[in-house]
Amino acid sequence: MMPKLAPHVRLRFDATRNQSVLLGPESVAVLNKTSADILELCDGRRTLTEIVAELRSRYDRVADDEVRAFVDRMAARHYVEISDG
Amino acid sequence: MDSPFGLLAELTYRCPLACAYCSNPVDMVAYGDELTTAEWRRVLDEAHELGVLQLHLSGGEPLLRRDIVELAAAARDLGMYTNLVTSALGLSRRRAEELRAAGLDHVQVSIQADEPAISDRIAGTPSFARKVEACHLVKELGWPLTLNVVLHRQNIDRIAAVLRLAEELEADRVELANTQYYGWAWRNRDALLPSRSQLEQAEEVVSAARTRLKGRMDVIYVLPDYYSRYPKPCMGGWAQRQLTVAPNGDVLPCPAAQTLPLPRASVRADSLARIWTESPLFQAFRGTDWMPDPCRSCDRKETDFGGCRCQAFLLTGDAARTDPVCHLSPDHGIVEAAVRAANDGPRELTLVPRPHRVGQP
Repeated sequence: MMPKLAPHVRLRFDATRNQSVLLGPESVAVLNKTSADILELCDGRRTLTEIVAELRSRYDRVADDEVRAFVDRMAARHYVEISDG
Repeated sequence: MDSPFGLLAELTYRCPLACAYCSNPVDMVAYGDELTTAEWRRVLDEAHELGVLQLHLSGGEPLLRRDIVELAAAARDLGMYTNLVTSALGLSRRRAEELRAAGLDHVQVSIQADEPAISDRIAGTPSFARKVEACHLVKELGWPLTLNVVLHRQNIDRIAAVLRLAEELEADRVELANTQYYGWAWRNRDALLPSRSQLEQAEEVVSAARTRLKGRMDVIYVLPDYYSRYPKPCMGGWAQRQLTVAPNGDVLPCPAAQTLPLPRASVRADSLARIWTESPLFQAFRGTDWMPDPCRSCDRKETDFGGCRCQAFLLTGDAARTDPVCHLSPDHGIVEAAVRAANDGPRELTLVPRPHRVGQP
C-alpha cells in the first residue's frame, strides 16, 4: 500500500511557529518533526516499508508498527489516502 | 501569548438571503463603509505575519464582493488554507472556475432545508435549486464540499431528509449546527428555539446517520447550548485562537462581540498584531483572571473558559458574568425560562427576516 496525502489537505512549514502544520477543512494540526517527516513521505510513490526504510536512514530508532499506526490514524481522519497501486 | 490560527473575514453583510437565524449584527448601517481591496490585502498580509493559517471568507454573502477572487488568490499565495462560506448564490460556473484557479481550498454551502418550498421560505428568497446546482459544481471542480445547515424549530424535524440530500450531493462534510442566538437570531430566539422532544429525535437521527455514513461523510452536530449542562468553550477562549474582521475593518475576538460595551479596535486605525496583543478589547477576557465565581473556582475553567461573553452580556447585561447556560450560573434561571417556554406546547411565532442590505429597516 502506498499512502498519499489527501488532495484536500495541505502540509507546510509555518515560519511563525517554526513547526510544520497540516491544514484541512476546518482543521489545523501543528506537527512534531517526526509526524511531519512521515507525512512528507506519504507521496503515493513509496510503500509503507519504503517510508520506514527512509525514516531509518534519518533516525536511530524507528518502530515499524508505530509508523503504521500513525498512518492509519491519519487515514481514519481522511488526511491520508491509501491506495494499493 | 499564542498566535491566532484562523481569521474569519466577514467581507460584507450584504446578502441575497434573509434568514431570520442570521447572526449578523442587527445594526448593519454601521458596516456599510466596507474595507477596500487594498485594505483587505493589508489585513491578509498582517494576518499571515501574525501566524494565521486558515482564512474563512464569509459575510453576509462574500461572493457579492467583486474582489473575492483576488482576495482568495492573495491568501493562497500566503500559504493560508482558504475556505469560502457561501449561500452559493453568485457561484456561477465562471466565478467558480476563477476561484478554483486562484487556489481556493474548500467550499461551504448553506442550505436551509431539504426541499425547495421550506428552504426558500426560510431563506426568504427562491434559492434552493441554485444551491443544489452549485453543490454539483463544487464537486465537479474537485473541491471538498461542506453543507452548512443551521437548525432551529422550523427545520430540525427534517434532519433525516437533509442528510439524504447531503448524501445525494456527495458532500464530504455536513455541519448541522443549532442556531446560536446572536444578532437577528437573538431577536428571533423564541421562534427558533426547538423543544426537547425535537432535539431528542434529532440526536437519534444523527447518531444513526453517523454509523451509516462512517468513512464517507463527516456529520458534525452542534447542540443548542441552551439545553447543555455546561457552556460551549466559545472560540476556544477569548482571543486565544481566532479573530474576526468585520466588513468595516472592526477587529473582534468573535463575530458577535460587536454588541459588547468595550472599546473598538479597527484595522483602519491600528495593525492587526497590535490589536491582537495589546488592545483593551482583546485583553478584556483573555485568560482566566477576569472570571467571577462560580467560574473562578471551577475545575472546568480551562475547559470552557466561562462560556460565551456575548451570551452572558445579552442575557444578563454584564459580559463578565458566567455564561447563564451553565447550570452552575446564578443566572441560569433566565435560560431555564426560555427553555420552558419552548416546551410549553405548540406556538406560532413570527420570524423577523434580516434585511438584504445595509440601510434597509
